[in-house]
Amino acid sequence: MSTDTLSALAKTIRSKNAGVNKITFDIIFRDRENYERVKRSRVLTRASVAALYRIPPERISDFVEYDPAYAIKFTIYRLTPSGSAGDGDIFGAQQYAPLLDLAVPA
Amino acid sequence: MQTLRIICPNGHLGFAPLRTESFQLGVSAAPDYIAADSGSDDVGPVPLGSDTSTSPLAWQRHDLEQMLLASRKLGVPMIIGSAGDTGSNSRVDLYVAIIRELAAQHGLKKFRLGWFYSEVDKAYLRRRMQAGEIVQGLDGYADLVESELDATDRIVAMAGVHPYVELLRRGADVIIGGRSSDAALFAAAALHHGFPADTAYYLGKVLECASFCAEPYGGKETVLGVVSHDDVKVTAMLPAQRCTVASVAGHAMYERSNPYEELFAGGRLEMTECRYEQVDERTTRVTGSRFVPSPRIRVKLEGSGKVGERFVGMCGIRDPYTIAHVDEVIDWARTQVRARFGDGGYELHYKVYGRDGVMGDLEPLRDRPGHELFILVQGVAPTREMAEELTLTGVRQMFYARLPDVKGTAGSVSFPLDEVLPASAAYRWTLNHTLAVDDGLELFPLHTADVGP
Repeated sequence: MSTDTLSALAKTIRSKNAGVNKITFDIIFRDRENYERVKRSRVLTRASVAALYRIPPERISDFVEYDPAYAIKFTIYRLTPSGSAGDGDIFGAQQYAPLLDLAVPA
Repeated sequence: MQTLRIICPNGHLGFAPLRTESFQLGVSAAPDYIAADSGSDDVGPVPLGSDTSTSPLAWQRHDLEQMLLASRKLGVPMIIGSAGDTGSNSRVDLYVAIIRELAAQHGLKKFRLGWFYSEVDKAYLRRRMQAGEIVQGLDGYADLVESELDATDRIVAMAGVHPYVELLRRGADVIIGGRSSDAALFAAAALHHGFPADTAYYLGKVLECASFCAEPYGGKETVLGVVSHDDVKVTAMLPAQRCTVASVAGHAMYERSNPYEELFAGGRLEMTECRYEQVDERTTRVTGSRFVPSPRIRVKLEGSGKVGERFVGMCGIRDPYTIAHVDEVIDWARTQVRARFGDGGYELHYKVYGRDGVMGDLEPLRDRPGHELFILVQGVAPTREMAEELTLTGVRQMFYARLPDVKGTAGSVSFPLDEVLPASAAYRWTLNHTLAVDDGLELFPLHTADVGP
């Protein structure tokens, strides 16, 4: 196996509000094999996600590997609650793009 | 009763119309209840603060009509939660009025309508706080202080199962609820018929967003949930959709930071031990969910407060040197705004699309802007007059920005419109808190009335 992008391995990569002050990110795989491969790779960890989004690790409220759905999910605090004047994404639905091209080693 | 069957046609009634093909298939599947929630805090603080709906009346009416006619034809109850996006009192009254109109229009036989309100009086909350009650902040919010309460225009409390169970006990055939936990309206029906909380709450959890628990993706399609004393089965009604182990397990984490538990007024649903099995092509069975009651009921409060009147303006940039120095262009305009309006008493926001307009501080590619930029300016001020002039100054002065080495000296930006436009007033979420109550009905006044001849 060669290096693949996260978007080639995952079925779903999405972001969405979790309440008014957090955005939650879900990376869902179709099968256990790809899920375990990404888990093993350590491409997605609290530290890597904080680095990718250039935020301090304490802005990540939760980081969960959720076996029943073959999913990795993490949640970050917003700087201001959703829908405040100046918020560019009231639903938090367009914050996942930087995850798509993450390189996952074989 | 061995099982109870509930269909849900829409995860946010009114936000987009339900799809009638799968709804009619659901109606043919002999449900015991038809239920949907109509609210969400996803829509931001403006609807709650300004006491409006973000959903058009025509779509709200469409779904209520479909559900009411099916409910009355089958003779099974219909339950709607979080009326009109926010669940405020005016939204409950609106839905109650629509139900009465539809009943008259279609000549429906007599039925009992039940409804409850969710708004929390600021004076009541202030008394509780002054008596020493801590209104606890959620998700990074500090505990409530009186100045934040002062800044709040409207508060709704999020109902759990209690008002729904009580209205069903009083014989309601159609229920219109104020703000509610989505899952509570489904769970309440199951609890009313004696099913255990362990499966009742999971039934609500899986049905609350309708077809979001099915695949392939497709919103506003009906799903059927069947609860028993030891399991929940969920089936997609649209022939092209399936409820799979992956789609059902995946739904548990949707819009939640923790996929293993969910909090309600009165307890929490634990999903750590859930087991998922495919029982036929379109049905998944779930066992092992558990409801853990809390010693005291804490009700979630949502509050919205007005920040000011708002105008928006927009402009574009194509010159590469100006794009590279766009922050200086914005600084120039801000300086002119400060010269006119001072340092405070207003908000001025610049969104630079083509650079970081969508993601803001989270954007990793902030230093690689595109070959053209679009800039959205929002000005917020105490009066409309000031908001308009503020925003116009903030946009138009970008045209006059002085950059030392720019070649184009006739204007630094392009205008698609040489004007600013009125927008909704700006609000913010002031309350995202919980309040302890002795009784799950305490904040939710109940009403019933017979409708029709």
